[in-house]
Amino acid sequence: MSTPQDHLEKLTQSEYKYGFTTEIETETIPKGLNEDIVRIISAKKEEPEWLLEWRLKALAHWKKMVEPKWPNFDYGPIDYQDLYYYAAPKKKPELQSLDEVDPELLETFNKLGISLEEQKRISGVAVDAVFDSVSVATTYKKTLGALGIVFCSFSEAVREHPEIVKKYLGSVVPSTDNFFAALNSAVFSDGSFVFIPKGVRCPMELSTYFRINAAQTGQFERTLIIAEEGAYVSYLEGCTAPQRDENQLHAAVVEIVALDDAQVKYSTVQNWYPGDKNGKGGIYNFVTKRGACRGRNSKISWTQVETGSALTWKYPSCILQGDNSVGEFYSVAVTNNHQKADTGTKMIHIGKNTKSTIISKGISAGLSQNSYRGLVKIMPGAENARNYSQCDSMLMGDKCGAHTFPYIEVKNPTAQLEHEATTSKIGEDQIFYCKQRGLSEEDAVNLIVNGFCKEVFRELPMEFAVEAQKLLEISLENSVG
Amino acid sequence: MLEIKNLHVQADGNEILKGLSLHVGAGEVHAIMGPNGSGKSTLANVLAGREEYEVTDGSVEFLGKDLLELEPEERAHLGVFLAFQYPVEIPGVNNTYFLKAALNSMRKERGESELDAVDFLKLVREKLKVLHMEESLLSRPVNEGFSGGEKKRNEVFQMAVLEPKLAILDETDSGLDIDALKDVAAGVNALRSPDRGFLVVTHYQRLLDYIVPDFVHVLYKGQIVKSGGKELALELEAKGYSWVEEQALAAESK
Repeated sequence: MSTPQDHLEKLTQSEYKYGFTTEIETETIPKGLNEDIVRIISAKKEEPEWLLEWRLKALAHWKKMVEPKWPNFDYGPIDYQDLYYYAAPKKKPELQSLDEVDPELLETFNKLGISLEEQKRISGVAVDAVFDSVSVATTYKKTLGALGIVFCSFSEAVREHPEIVKKYLGSVVPSTDNFFAALNSAVFSDGSFVFIPKGVRCPMELSTYFRINAAQTGQFERTLIIAEEGAYVSYLEGCTAPQRDENQLHAAVVEIVALDDAQVKYSTVQNWYPGDKNGKGGIYNFVTKRGACRGRNSKISWTQVETGSALTWKYPSCILQGDNSVGEFYSVAVTNNHQKADTGTKMIHIGKNTKSTIISKGISAGLSQNSYRGLVKIMPGAENARNYSQCDSMLMGDKCGAHTFPYIEVKNPTAQLEHEATTSKIGEDQIFYCKQRGLSEEDAVNLIVNGFCKEVFRELPMEFAVEAQKLLEISLENSVG
Repeated sequence: MLEIKNLHVQADGNEILKGLSLHVGAGEVHAIMGPNGSGKSTLANVLAGREEYEVTDGSVEFLGKDLLELEPEERAHLGVFLAFQYPVEIPGVNNTYFLKAALNSMRKERGESELDAVDFLKLVREKLKVLHMEESLLSRPVNEGFSGGEKKRNEVFQMAVLEPKLAILDETDSGLDIDALKDVAAGVNALRSPDRGFLVVTHYQRLLDYIVPDFVHVLYKGQIVKSGGKELALELEAKGYSWVEEQALAAESK
């Protein structure tokens, strides 16, 4: 009989077997990063002068900055002059039917419960006119437009709503904020723009799926979400389907602004290529996500399920400026094989009676390292601030690591903070208990892991939650096929 | 239905069971008694397939199959159930969901159709009554935050739902007050049937007042040193385990 250790190892040594490495036509500009490159990008996008100035300012600042070395992982040096900073929207090879798609990829889609039409869209199969995502998106756009909601690509927003973009761009994440945010500000390609006017409750989940021209997520994405007084929106980013990209470095920026009584719920599922079993390849994901609760009683809620990327550096944060504002962070981060994640959140309490909740679940398997890094900061004016933090780590096997770096700064004596942290090994006792009741080892592990992540999954919109559960199963599965 | 022959078992290099033999027939209730460290729980866990234990000699046959060859879940599918001495907590996993997954895994193995939520709930409510269990236990995570008594009731409740062929109770009476003990015993007695065998592992005679065994075996230093009817349990209670120890020592010195 093999030992439980062997079993766990087998279970956790899954490989990212899918992915499309087909040659893709791209329109690129020369390698390297300098003012000329930024000017070319801006010109190609036909941007107004002020935006070019903004980009150039970011570039000038970026040049003076150094790459942060404090994350709890090492990686080889990135030669920023050896990268391409602009690629026109890529055309995926058009296939005639799903029969031409890698069968393993299809099986993964089926396991994830992705609809046939969605499968076709992701894998580049020509889609029926009726189901064409563009026509679907157009229909939604009409509904949204009637309510005054703007949901479009960032470039389109710059053209159509320059005054709003100008007002809010960089107001939450300044172009000088950090090394990767500055880089993004200089060269960002495209992204999403959402504007919910005063008093409007967005009647549907906004997902990048319904955004025209969103088929290609870029290397340097820029997203801006604005919820005016009393507005509500739930936004979904990413998808559970495996995402492969030949660009190794990703540096996105997401800014959210919530005015009085506004609520924004932002959910992410990230499944970028994590590299192979030996740690070769994989995406470096350096993301700056931040929301500002500017208004009274406003609320911003981040929910993320992170299973992909070789490196993840990501701290979706909330600035709780308005009195009674609320910030939430719910996170599941799974690392396997050689993946490394340093992720968490920052909750900055400025207004009175501000509240924040942090629930972080880290699962490490294989040879991976998974770190939670979080800051809770209570400013002098934040009377009666409250924070509850819970950071749980689960280890699978004995060659991985889980780390927790909680930082707490309190400058007001009325604050109340609670912090709980646990680290557990996935229990052989638990697995044996499940097996004794007739469940297979794989089912037992899935059951235990899903139970562990439940508090986060229940924050996800229903369909996303179901997909996320399946994604975890696959990420921790022995063989994908 | 269960035939154990000359079973030798090691854990961490120490021999715990040293040539144990036992026959359990269908419909029989066997009690295994013995002092601490005699190997009672080891026996229960080896039969369920726990991997920390190494079988170095002997055989275990169950319903004509070599039990030791099978994975724990395969044994469960055959009808082996272990009521754990220390039931584990599985945070975030709903008790009903867990039990439904377990039952349906067994039904699937047996070629039966899986129960849907409605039929399952009906079945579960019937079983709850017997054990005087609160229905609220169903919606709580598996064993999380349960009292000792609730955990043990939950074990017997699971047993009632899964309807095994061989039920092994590992010190199910430990840590129970008298009311809980009676409920647990009632749950077990309700399951007694001509085609089901029981192996009741206990330190104290008390449980056997409520679950009356057909046979009592005394385990000492990894071997069954004495077997008898239900009166043996009473004799043990009166004379204490030192009586068995003395007899065993006397037998050794001969």
